[in-house]
Amino acid sequence: MDRRSFLKLLAVTGVGGVAVFEGINQFGATEAAEIKKSSKALQGKHWGMVIDVSKFQNAEDFKRIAKACHTYHNVPDIGDPKQEIKWIWQDDFEHTFAELESSYLSEKIKQQQFPVLCNHCESPACVRVCPTKATFKRDDGIVAMDYHRCIGCRFCMAACPFGARSFNFFDPRPYIKEINPEIPTRTKGVVEKCTFCVERLDKGLRPLCEEASHGGIVFGDLDDPNSEVRKVLGENFSIRRKVELGTGPSIYYIFGGGGQSA
Amino acid sequence: MYNGGKVVAALVVFAVIITSPFLINIGKAVEAPQLSLNTPVINQMSDKKCVESAEFMRTEHMQMLNDWRDQVVRNGETVYVSSSEQEFEMSLENSCLKCHSNKQEFCDSCHTYAQVDPYCWDCHTDTKGAGQ
Repeated sequence: MDRRSFLKLLAVTGVGGVAVFEGINQFGATEAAEIKKSSKALQGKHWGMVIDVSKFQNAEDFKRIAKACHTYHNVPDIGDPKQEIKWIWQDDFEHTFAELESSYLSEKIKQQQFPVLCNHCESPACVRVCPTKATFKRDDGIVAMDYHRCIGCRFCMAACPFGARSFNFFDPRPYIKEINPEIPTRTKGVVEKCTFCVERLDKGLRPLCEEASHGGIVFGDLDDPNSEVRKVLGENFSIRRKVELGTGPSIYYIFGGGGQSA
Repeated sequence: MYNGGKVVAALVVFAVIITSPFLINIGKAVEAPQLSLNTPVINQMSDKKCVESAEFMRTEHMQMLNDWRDQVVRNGETVYVSSSEQEFEMSLENSCLKCHSNKQEFCDSCHTYAQVDPYCWDCHTDTKGAGQ
């Protein structure tokens, strides 16, 4: 075979191969007429939260929101702090607002515990480091996780300045008292964290911690000047965790009046 | 060929051993799995229809579930409008398993027969809260 006819043959088989491949690929198509968002889904551009610390005075206030979140989302109760999984928990002033450290803190602030969770940052460090895009930022500002893609490298845990991520060192199912059949569990080898109840927002429901907080937590769209969160932020002095790191946390803390437990 | 007889004999023995699983099972076709549709929700349906035709679901459910997963998790799109204009929530737990609540007799019977082990069940649970 001479060079000319060899090249011709190569071109013909190449084109033919592509045609056959495309033909086979046609079979994989889904038959859906349409795939769309639920008409009930909550619309937002930048979801955020304001936490009124004054409404969190005793252990019961924290337990209530953590329980609402953890039982619904099948978060296991492992007990061992080295292997625990947590989505929303509590910490003291020194650890929550380390950069505001002072030798002369009032006794009240020293005693105060703060609810802490994933901050759903504007420029999240965890998203930047994730090698598989398992952690990603949705258009509505939520830092979401696709557990199907997580390879368990834990770069995100190292990157997150808030310790908001937990790793499943083993199958979490034996540590879940009662599995909520509406929500998947996680599996060994994936990282998990607070999802801002994204599956509830997509159905038109609000986050569970807000519902369980008796007004201690307000959830809403930070981009909407008329939203409840913006109203609360406009009327109160608020602080965020570790703003100097530039991740832009979307969780605001206010020290509202009253000092009464919710 | 040196030791020709022995070599040929050994080759024949080798061929028989290698093909023995096929030879032993000649003419004994294993029955295709019977899928049970006997669940409370399906029994109550007047028009027993899945989100798409049974033929489509049989051959394409894996691809479909993959598409559903990506749409829901990454795009937040949760509603599937079927080719017959009906709307369904795209959810393994809250749509598929609500009707097919008999995972063992439905999902598993085919998967076991075809010896596929989808890792869906590592996280997704059947309605009894005990996905295997």
